[in-house]
Amino acid sequence: MSARPKIILSVAAIAAMLTALVAFAIPAKPEASPAPQAVATLKKLSDSTADHSKFKELQKNFKTGPEVTQACLICHTEAAKQVQRTKHWTWESKDPKTGQVRGKKNIINNYCTAVLSNEKDCMACHAGYGWKDSSFDFSVEKNVDCLVCHDNTGTYRKLPGDAGHPVYKRREFPPKSGKFVEAVDLKKAAQSIGMPSRTNCGACHFFGGGANGAKHGDMDSSLQHPGKYLDVHMNEKGLNFSCTECHATKSHEVSGSRYNTAAAQTGPAHIRGKADASPAACQSCHGDKPHAKKDALLNQHTDKLACQTCHIPEFARNDIGTELSWDWSKATIMGPDGKRMVRKDSAGRRAFDSQKGEWRWESHVIPEYRWFNGTSTYKVIGDKIDPTKTVQLSVVGGGPNDPESRIWPTKVHRGKQPYDVENGYLTVQHTGGEDATALWHNYDWQKAIGTGMKAANLPYSGKYAFVETELTWPITHMVAPKEDALTCAQCHSKNGRLKDIQGVYMPARDGKHWLDVIGWSLALLTLIGVLVHGAIRIYSSKKEG
Amino acid sequence: MAAEKIYVFKRFERFWHWSQALLIIGMLTTGFEVHGSYTLIGFEDAVSYHTVFAWSLVTLWIFAIFWHLTTGEWKQYIPTTDKVVAMIRFYSVGIFKGEPHPYRPTKLKKHNPLQRIAYLGVLLLIGPLLWLTGWFYLFYGDWAAWGVSGFLSLEWVAFFHTVGAFMMLTFLIAHLYLTTTGHTPTAHIKAMVTGWEEVD
Repeated sequence: MSARPKIILSVAAIAAMLTALVAFAIPAKPEASPAPQAVATLKKLSDSTADHSKFKELQKNFKTGPEVTQACLICHTEAAKQVQRTKHWTWESKDPKTGQVRGKKNIINNYCTAVLSNEKDCMACHAGYGWKDSSFDFSVEKNVDCLVCHDNTGTYRKLPGDAGHPVYKRREFPPKSGKFVEAVDLKKAAQSIGMPSRTNCGACHFFGGGANGAKHGDMDSSLQHPGKYLDVHMNEKGLNFSCTECHATKSHEVSGSRYNTAAAQTGPAHIRGKADASPAACQSCHGDKPHAKKDALLNQHTDKLACQTCHIPEFARNDIGTELSWDWSKATIMGPDGKRMVRKDSAGRRAFDSQKGEWRWESHVIPEYRWFNGTSTYKVIGDKIDPTKTVQLSVVGGGPNDPESRIWPTKVHRGKQPYDVENGYLTVQHTGGEDATALWHNYDWQKAIGTGMKAANLPYSGKYAFVETELTWPITHMVAPKEDALTCAQCHSKNGRLKDIQGVYMPARDGKHWLDVIGWSLALLTLIGVLVHGAIRIYSSKKEG
Repeated sequence: MAAEKIYVFKRFERFWHWSQALLIIGMLTTGFEVHGSYTLIGFEDAVSYHTVFAWSLVTLWIFAIFWHLTTGEWKQYIPTTDKVVAMIRFYSVGIFKGEPHPYRPTKLKKHNPLQRIAYLGVLLLIGPLLWLTGWFYLFYGDWAAWGVSGFLSLEWVAFFHTVGAFMMLTFLIAHLYLTTTGHTPTAHIKAMVTGWEEVD
């Protein structure tokens, strides 16, 4: 073939390709798209194998929560028994190491202080119905609240004052606020049943302590739709983990708890279901040598540091923030008109309330670091205290010489709360309610403590005062993307994050001061020596010259 | 009188010397930053460079040891008492009077007796101290696997590593100055660059 036909052929081929390209670039007409119905059906199909809206047991206008539970139990015959063994039901937990019986029911904290005598309010977050006082029967299966965890409509709300029942009748809440909470459609809720979403868990865990973000600091409503910056695992546009992705659950027993933290899990990553004693620990998926080979030095830190220490550089990384202190001694201070006074801080968070006292909030909180072996000892109701010192409501166990301990980030919540001066223990006070002794109704500490202590079956001397308290909790949520992890020098420096942590040698922070003095002196003296020697040489050579 | 020239430092030796010099200065600079003495390039980079320099030096030393053994040059570091007193007298008195250097290097004996002792000290004392402690420092994560976590503490490993670093720094200062004490102030330095030493 001669050159000319070759060129002609090439031109023709290129022209043909261009024509084809242009043809494909023109958008296809809408009717040309194939089988739109099939695509739509695929999208709609739920992850679950059961559509609860089709169940005949749920085609009912339920009047109460327990009625719904009874319907659930027709098929899920063992569910209530399972729930009744968990902390979500008992609000009690026994430490397997120390034997101490703790749990929400038994401890005193420095947020709302204690549950006793305030059950009607507190039990808005109990996975049950009707726990209004100590007469509550923990064996009644229909009183297990399935919906609070499994409702997927997002309309199921439980308010303080109802002892765990949802809103059956439209109601103004908070009272006199002009805002109304609609009655829940129990039929709709029951038919929406699904696996717990972040919203389900968050309904209680985001709002602990009575306000969004107040209690934990690493959990608040921003985790409903978090971006990557806030939580690399829950990132809605990324991995989009639900809580139970880490808190893997079996027989309704949710894994991972502050009460028994897997503080120092070692070994490689686990396959889910295999040897997963603590599936909620970071190491369960990442192993204890999680960094790539080029960052092998970082893996050398895992014998002393919890993952969280570097990977949660700050908690409450949003405008919601978290409460850092609660001063109950300021409660019952009334406004100039003698009425209840309420004040908010510049970010719109509660700062003062005559009912509850004074709060201090913070966003982007730098954690306080502690050695922690996963076991904390809590102050439970009736424990003696030493009022001359700040009372530790939770003593974080462990130390540098304990191989089970790691350096953990913690939130320390500081408070001031009442104690019985003569008996030497923290008091239980009756705060919530509209009755004659409730603190938030009558503003009378004596009466409130009197009722609270009676409920706790403890003598009250009649004399109370306020004592400073600290509550220390490990921080583990809101894991930042790796780009935002702590950098080396944030700890490896003289005044770094870990400047108060004892028992570990940290380059750039530590060293024997006297060695530096001797070393630098030696170098300096040598320098002076050679300079003098050189100067004499120059001087003497000039003299000779 | 034209000064006589002898070829004392071979090509590899000069390469070894200067690359080692750069690496040691780099290691001292980054090392003391890791130690927390100052902030220059940041802790993280200091650690990275310190590690890279360390591995480079290890490689260089493998070649240098091989070279010394195969060429027999290791004998240059055998200590001697010959002319030690004369050398000390020269550095403390004679040098100021313009007296001639009491030691005349040859191809077979290129180091004066004080150099021999000093370099031997660097090679047998300071070097190994730094290498050994540096090695354990670097592989802290493997102590448990090696079964040495019971005997070692990072605190003391770092301590002796720092001791070695101060000794090396002191050597460096003295060494830098003593390079000017040749036949002319630059004679030794020229020799280390070209290989040829001018002698009287």
